[in-house]
Amino acid sequence: MIGITNGAFIALIALGYTLVYGIIELINFAHGDLFMLGTFVCLSTLTLLGFSTEVGTSGTPWLALLLAMIAAMIFCGVLNVLAERIAYRPLRRAPRLAPLISAIGVSFVFVNIGLFWQGPTPQRFPDLLPQYDFVSQLLGFTSLIRFTFKDLFVLALAIPLMLGLAWVIRSTRMGKAMRAVAQDSEMAQQMGIDVNRVIAFTFLLGGVLAGAASLMYGLYNNNTVFTLGFTAGLKAFTAAVLGGIGNVNGAALGGFVLGLLSALTVTYAGGQWENVGVFSLLVIILVFKPTGLLGQETGEKA
Amino acid sequence: MKTKTPAPPSRARSTLGWWYTATGKARERKMWGTIIGIGGALLFPVINSALGLGWEAKVIPIALFIVLALGLNVVVGFAGLLDLGYAAFFAIGAYTMAFLTSTVSPIPFVREGNHVNFFLAMFVSAAVAALFGVLLGAPTLRLRGDYLAIVTLGFGEIVPLVIKNTPEVTKGTQGMNPIGYPEIPGLQFAVDPIPWYYLIVAVLMLSVLITARLRTSRVGRAWAAMREDEVAAASMGVNLVTTKLFAFALGASFSGFAGSIWASYLQVIAPEQFDFSVSIFVLCMIILGGLGNIGGVIAGGLMLGFVDRILFDWINGFVHGLGAAIGNQDLRLMDVSRSRQLIFGIALVVMMLVRPEGLFPSARLRAELHAAEEDEGTVAQERAILVDVER
Repeated sequence: MIGITNGAFIALIALGYTLVYGIIELINFAHGDLFMLGTFVCLSTLTLLGFSTEVGTSGTPWLALLLAMIAAMIFCGVLNVLAERIAYRPLRRAPRLAPLISAIGVSFVFVNIGLFWQGPTPQRFPDLLPQYDFVSQLLGFTSLIRFTFKDLFVLALAIPLMLGLAWVIRSTRMGKAMRAVAQDSEMAQQMGIDVNRVIAFTFLLGGVLAGAASLMYGLYNNNTVFTLGFTAGLKAFTAAVLGGIGNVNGAALGGFVLGLLSALTVTYAGGQWENVGVFSLLVIILVFKPTGLLGQETGEKA
Repeated sequence: MKTKTPAPPSRARSTLGWWYTATGKARERKMWGTIIGIGGALLFPVINSALGLGWEAKVIPIALFIVLALGLNVVVGFAGLLDLGYAAFFAIGAYTMAFLTSTVSPIPFVREGNHVNFFLAMFVSAAVAALFGVLLGAPTLRLRGDYLAIVTLGFGEIVPLVIKNTPEVTKGTQGMNPIGYPEIPGLQFAVDPIPWYYLIVAVLMLSVLITARLRTSRVGRAWAAMREDEVAAASMGVNLVTTKLFAFALGASFSGFAGSIWASYLQVIAPEQFDFSVSIFVLCMIILGGLGNIGGVIAGGLMLGFVDRILFDWINGFVHGLGAAIGNQDLRLMDVSRSRQLIFGIALVVMMLVRPEGLFPSARLRAELHAAEEDEGTVAQERAILVDVER
């Protein structure tokens, strides 16, 4: 179960990658670090509201969690839009290497903001959710497979968010514009679509999802550190590629598959091999099926 | 556009020197650059001791990183293959050296004291790194651009992780120590940095010579063609497979070379020394200086190295001194080099925005990057004409 739950927030981050890639074909290197900053915002908000320590039996401060999540979503969304405005938009017509390197630079800046903000040591994230294992409590036996309240919490948040995203893309005016820009931005511009606004909106969406994922990550794993973003970002990128980059459903699927795979690696090969497994998977997919599970042939793109 | 085609360089000239490929002013500039570069490099220890700078320990790593940058320049600058896992080959070279010469080597024969000669081990390290370059390059042949970058990035992450996770072979995070020294009668590599300096400068000059000669060679022109347009290059008879693999292997072998020297110079190597930030640091060097231009890469490497190893120390000293003078405890203990990455990050973004071709770009790259602006210009012109017509 830990695999599926981990997969849920990987999927949320992966959606951010895939949205941006789908629309401007940029690997947003800084996205993982944005997520890391999101966990810090959650932590700071919770501390500010007085929930920095364990609550124990006194119940879960739902309102505080909601506020923390909204804070992180706004923060990540706005920061992502700002990054796009400052570091990527001026480079839209430049060769593809330029925005990629610019994104690496932004990622460095984010990591250092994190470092100055919370210091180099891992920070404890308050454990605010009830400890409740549905499998052992309801079915009356303990096994390797657990389904705790935390898992339920993450899934109950992540799945509606993904469905919401799907709805935005499929049914709103903005979603339609996004799809048009992704297909052919020049043509979309001719049709009267404000391409810059659509791209900014895409970054906003990606950031908001990363912000939501950051609260879930914090509450689920109860720690955060400034280097978190790099591995989280790579994992999410792997998931996005696994599902077929640029494909929104694929990213969600890829996230869950990757979560399961990494959980299996941890169980059968040991925790220190987890990232080796993930990166090997990334290399293998890119080499043998660069279009991913649900991707379509995109010609010269890859 | 009519340009006079320059007369093909005669055989004697083309074997003489790489600056003969340029013409007129450019050749003169290149010639003086080369002379000043070589002279400066050879005289540096004298200047250093005369002025009492004490930079010898700082300049050696800088020079070594420039070797790395030259190798990466072959892959990224010449062949246009973005490699974000370059540190992996650096690690492979360093560990090969350690395996062949260390008393803690996993090879029993070496462990018993029969360590391999340093110079032989150096070439073996380069060869092993090149082999890995081909191994990585072969499956990624079909990939381009971003995807290639990510695969190499993944590879660059896997190598240190595997080293970390196999302590039986590599001593894991504990690191390997000691590592064999070069042995030249009369020179004491164990205590004296000056022989190290000259060794590395020799390697550096060799690297410059090799890459410069390659750039204008048949394979170098094939790289340029491939970088600009793969399909066109292939239809002109460029064998994409061997051309790409050669770029990878050559780039990796430079890295392996540098890695082997690095291991012996530092005497201790651990997986953390070869993480992503090393790959990025080297990439920054070549982007700052100017992709594809050897002089630019060296200049970029010198500048970044200077900022990283010397300027930060000064600023640190200055800030600490200031803190002590005005009695501010925070300032006195602040470590400015902690914000190194921050400054690099900002520098990367600013560089891309302001001058994406680097400080000293190759003519070809400059033309390419400014072509986009011209495009924009014509679009604006067309628009202006349209507006006129509507009126």
